[in-house]
Amino acid sequence: MMAALTLESLGKTYAGGTTAVSDVSLAVADGEFIVLVGPSGCGKSTLLRMVAGLEEISTGTVTIGDRVVNRLEPAERDIAMVFQNYALYPHMTVRENMSWGLRNRRIPAAEIAARVEEAARMLELQAHLDRKPRALSGGQRQRVAMGRAITRQPAAFLFDEPLSNLDAKLRVTMRGEIRKLQKRLGTTALYVTHDQLEAMTLADRLVVLNGGKIEQVGRPLEVYHRPASTFVAAFIGAPAMNLMDARIEAGRLMLAGVDLGAVDSGPRMVTLGIRAEDLRLRAAGGLPFRLDGIEELGATRLVHGFLEDQPLCLSLPSGADLPAGLHLGADPAAWHLFDTLTGKRLPSALHPAARSRIAAGADPLS
Amino acid sequence: MTASPQTAAPPAKQAQFDHRWTPWAFVAPQLLIVAIFFYWPSVQAVTSSFYLEDPFGFGASFVGLDNYREALGSAEYRQIAGFTAFFAATVTALALGLGLLLAVKADAVLRGAGAYKTALISVYAIAPPVVGLIGMMMFDMHIGPFTRAAALIGWDLKVGIDYWDTAIALITVAVWKQIPYNFIFFLSGLQAVPAAVREAARIDATSRWRQFRDVTLPLLAPTAFFLLVINITYALFDTFGIIDVMVKDKPANNPITLVYKVYLDGFKGNDIGGSSAQSVILMVVVATLTLAQFRLIERRVHYG
Repeated sequence: MMAALTLESLGKTYAGGTTAVSDVSLAVADGEFIVLVGPSGCGKSTLLRMVAGLEEISTGTVTIGDRVVNRLEPAERDIAMVFQNYALYPHMTVRENMSWGLRNRRIPAAEIAARVEEAARMLELQAHLDRKPRALSGGQRQRVAMGRAITRQPAAFLFDEPLSNLDAKLRVTMRGEIRKLQKRLGTTALYVTHDQLEAMTLADRLVVLNGGKIEQVGRPLEVYHRPASTFVAAFIGAPAMNLMDARIEAGRLMLAGVDLGAVDSGPRMVTLGIRAEDLRLRAAGGLPFRLDGIEELGATRLVHGFLEDQPLCLSLPSGADLPAGLHLGADPAAWHLFDTLTGKRLPSALHPAARSRIAAGADPLS
Repeated sequence: MTASPQTAAPPAKQAQFDHRWTPWAFVAPQLLIVAIFFYWPSVQAVTSSFYLEDPFGFGASFVGLDNYREALGSAEYRQIAGFTAFFAATVTALALGLGLLLAVKADAVLRGAGAYKTALISVYAIAPPVVGLIGMMMFDMHIGPFTRAAALIGWDLKVGIDYWDTAIALITVAVWKQIPYNFIFFLSGLQAVPAAVREAARIDATSRWRQFRDVTLPLLAPTAFFLLVINITYALFDTFGIIDVMVKDKPANNPITLVYKVYLDGFKGNDIGGSSAQSVILMVVVATLTLAQFRLIERRVHYG
């Protein structure tokens, strides 16, 4: 039933000439949970809808299992989709919602009944099988949409921002449930979201999209610790990574007139990225930091301010008042260096400390 | 039509008036219109249906149910009633069916929908007698293009002379006039079906027909039910102008509906009593029909 999913140089250009997706290639392993993440308008939903068959494919191929599905109707592609607003059939009961697609496939009635019972049990919907969607709460409707996908036993699940209509608390619960369910069924899943936290927690692998192109593909922590570009660095992780203009002079990395340390490169402009939690307070001699405001989050606090004229945010444990004039420092292992012009991550040769950390296989945050 | 996330009934809107007669003042003009143009004539019709009126208006004598007995006993009346039922059913079915078909097709090509809409709706702006005139021209025995088209397949179409030829012309014109109305409502009904629900149906069913029959059509049911009531009423009453233009001054043996018979007997035959009795019968039939529609069909309609 399950299958791998392959996208080969997939592209979408609308009749007006707008390009929504260009040259996306991705090999999804059988049973893998892939999250497509990016800001609105990055083409992630279009990409998903192209896989579903709801959007025509301009260039490239989509392969599900061993079939190229480009020219197949959505119903023939052996996929099931969960929509953002659930898209339940309002005139059908929960049971009918789950079984209609199966009846259309001429699956024997006994088998349909068994599958619906099984899905209802898994999703705790037994008590609601004979109700119509409007009698259900948002979370229950979400479960019915999941149930409709599960009973189909498809080769792949497609999720189009399925949790964004739920309140924050329910979203966290449902996130866990989706993850558990997918692992248990072992069905390949493609999941679209704009919420980087949802992406981090759900994905086996993340696909960060920007302007219709893949910016980076990788395991969540890999993407977090080694963002491939300033776009990914700023998008994944909250608060966003601090990105500052710095320069390399005579083999030394200079930021705000302070010598941060040795770098293996000729003189050039770079963008230095440091995550808020990697910045440390120093007694003296570090980067001069002008305090602007503090956001108390309970266990931690976000401290906003300026390094010369560049805004900066650091995360500190809650505690005593801070003086207005602070000095900061960061371990070279936490530096991320990007090309100022292209935004791309600079080769590892420039990150002696970071390279040794990756080689050792250590995750400082885990 | 869409299932709203809030299922609890919204609290009833209550306006507060300073004076207890204020609301009546607001409703009065409407009530007055209904009273003058509906209740008063209705009462008049019911009253005069029990009288035999002198053709020259010099007096009336009470005859009880004689007028009703005469109408229902007449073979001609029953024949016209039969035709009316056939006419109403055919016009309603065709106008609804074609309106829906055009709406579905226009909805499928959303880009052209604007042009389609205008082209299809414009017919609705034409007054019934004008529609009748246009229809008469189209079906004219000498210059009518429909008559010529029929002649091409060897059919000698004699509208105004041959009973069934006239019936076909009446039905065609009546349907043509009503399609735009149905089209507008069906199209807006279709566009109110959430796109995601239709997409879900595309993923659940290969066959377009199944997607339409099991998902789109049930969601259109409130619109369709409303149109059913409106169309039956249209076929029974509002086709008067079309019929009048098309069969007036024509040799006698032409199909007419009950409403037209009421008019003929009352105003041409000066039989006010008999014509009133027929009006009352018609009123009862339509009221029963509408009630039955609400009772039997509306129960199966899903309002989202």
